[in-house]
Amino acid sequence: MDVRAWTFVMIGLSFALYIGVAIWARAGSTSEFYIAGGQVPPVLNGMATAADWMSAASFISMAGLISFMGRDGSVYLMGWTGGYVLLALLIAPYLRKFGKYTVPDFIGERYYSKTARVVAVVCAIFISFTYVAGQMRGVGIVFSRFLDVDINTGVIVGMGIVFFYAVLGGMKGITYTQVAQYCVLIFAYLVPAIFISLMMTGNAFPQLGFGGQLADGSGTFLLDKLDSLSTDLGFQAYTAGSKETLNTFCITAALMVGTAGLPHVIVRFYTVPKVAAARISAGWALVFIALLYTTAPAVAAFVRTNLLTTIPETRYEEAPIWFKNWESTGLITFDDKNGDGHIQYVGPNSPIQNELTIDRDIMVLANPEIARLPNWVVGLVAAGGLAAALSTAAGLLLVISTSIAHDLLKKCIRPDISEHAELTTARVTAGIAVCVAGYFGINPPGFVAQVVAFAFGLAAASFFPAIILGVFSKRMNKYGAITGMIFGITSTAGYIVYFKFLHPELNTVEHWWFGISPEGIGTLGMILNFVISLLVSSLTPEPSAEIRALVDRIRIPSDSPPPHELSA
Amino acid sequence: MLILRLKVICAMSGVAYRGESDLSNYGLMMSEKRNNHEQYWRKNLLYLGILLGVWFTVSFGCGVLFVDYLDTIRIAGFKVGFWFAQQGAIYVFVVIIFVYVYLMNRLDKTYNVDEDDH
Repeated sequence: MDVRAWTFVMIGLSFALYIGVAIWARAGSTSEFYIAGGQVPPVLNGMATAADWMSAASFISMAGLISFMGRDGSVYLMGWTGGYVLLALLIAPYLRKFGKYTVPDFIGERYYSKTARVVAVVCAIFISFTYVAGQMRGVGIVFSRFLDVDINTGVIVGMGIVFFYAVLGGMKGITYTQVAQYCVLIFAYLVPAIFISLMMTGNAFPQLGFGGQLADGSGTFLLDKLDSLSTDLGFQAYTAGSKETLNTFCITAALMVGTAGLPHVIVRFYTVPKVAAARISAGWALVFIALLYTTAPAVAAFVRTNLLTTIPETRYEEAPIWFKNWESTGLITFDDKNGDGHIQYVGPNSPIQNELTIDRDIMVLANPEIARLPNWVVGLVAAGGLAAALSTAAGLLLVISTSIAHDLLKKCIRPDISEHAELTTARVTAGIAVCVAGYFGINPPGFVAQVVAFAFGLAAASFFPAIILGVFSKRMNKYGAITGMIFGITSTAGYIVYFKFLHPELNTVEHWWFGISPEGIGTLGMILNFVISLLVSSLTPEPSAEIRALVDRIRIPSDSPPPHELSA
Repeated sequence: MLILRLKVICAMSGVAYRGESDLSNYGLMMSEKRNNHEQYWRKNLLYLGILLGVWFTVSFGCGVLFVDYLDTIRIAGFKVGFWFAQQGAIYVFVVIIFVYVYLMNRLDKTYNVDEDDH
């Protein structure tokens, strides 16, 4: 069978699996719809969290990004895994003990204020929408490359699938489909990685082959070869960094803290039965994530080495087939500036002109073709990319629908609403959110891709300090938390908007505050939030005895309320 | 009524009910329970401090601040700083969480605040 047939088979089979799982795991009550009844086993919750967390960006873009950035790409690797330590140690157990449905629930009750809840809802919706539009776009790209349908058709098919299981199954349906999606995506990631590691280094473990010797018998270490290839062609050495230390520090911190503050990840820890289960489930989540995240830098180095050995100075007519395939999508462009018929691919330090541009996003998708793997592997990778995008999209859509149905409607506008009506509202809102996300996927505002990365900074500067102070400081009151959140998110958003959208021409080191780029500004926003919260709360009345008792209860695992006895 | 309430409190705080003589110790027990919880929380904060110190050292320390220095040392094909930044920090993160889970489960049992007994 050819690539296209295999892709249809793989995607068809994986979609049938998700739909089957969704029908099996329908939600009957608001508790099941919001938090899967609080009965998800920790290992499965870990898998679901991993799929929820790893988006199209992790699966499709990250290895490619690192392969072009070398050591500078480490910020993503450390940033997107280190956040789980914060989540496991500082957030997950306490929010599970608190035991409601959403992040705004916690903010609203701990800070005894509807205003705080509404501020949290606005932050959650803003963060989630920017994130979800990027996922829908990823779905479209996979469809258009592998199935030759246009991007819009791809987005609509993806919307249909997500609509089906998010609206029908709520958190319960999403959790179990995410478990299936994790299995699909990790298998699809590891198979080509293992093949390519064997091919390049003779080691079946990419993590070890990464530091091993090349399989060509020369005894040269892969990374040394890569460094010398890079410098010879005028690129910076692969294992050397070029970013300022302070900036690298701030970007890593913003990504870590942002990860710990993302509402769709936090809410997953409400779904397990106990506090101890929430702790261990964060551990499992990181194990499952680390499997991909330790493989990704190895893949990045392999494909980079492969690219630099096969492409430069090759005659254009003799370029490999994958090169021609991707050239037809416009994601590889070759311009024979000196007219010699050879491909000159060189870096900024080279005296000669570069003639080749390669889109970073294609490296993982092109990987099986570069390594000349069988056609079914190509199909598998396409299915894996879709699994990554759909699982994250579903988790985000649930946050949006819960925020509106539970936090706004039930808790702020109409507290007397029946559970049945609340559940219907949640379903309808999920449906509307799918359509809005799909609209942005088809007509992406030019800035979607950039905004996705900034969602982390916004989460870091808003939720993280409010949650941490809510647990670790009994003195923190609503005035401190609300002003902190508002200042944190507006200052961070303001800095990003200023440099990215209003004055992109000023977006250079000499104009940045302290040399911190917009990607890392969330760290400053977070510090600002902490400082303002502490300052304001020290000048205003302390919270009531009941609130201090609530904090005492959250800190101790025993006497957990039984997970949600609500039923339909 | 009071005895019943006392039994419930004993069960909740994990203290064995030893009969009516405990009645006179009621006030004492309540403050002991609070004390117990405060000690538990202080131990918890101590663990957090140590584990987050490790977390900071392997990521921001080895992977960002001292990466260039560590890169002068090599193990097999890896420069050590580069390895921490792209592999090592992630492995240590996983270990940190599992150590935390182990420590906290033990602490919960020691202070009788784990969920299984209630």
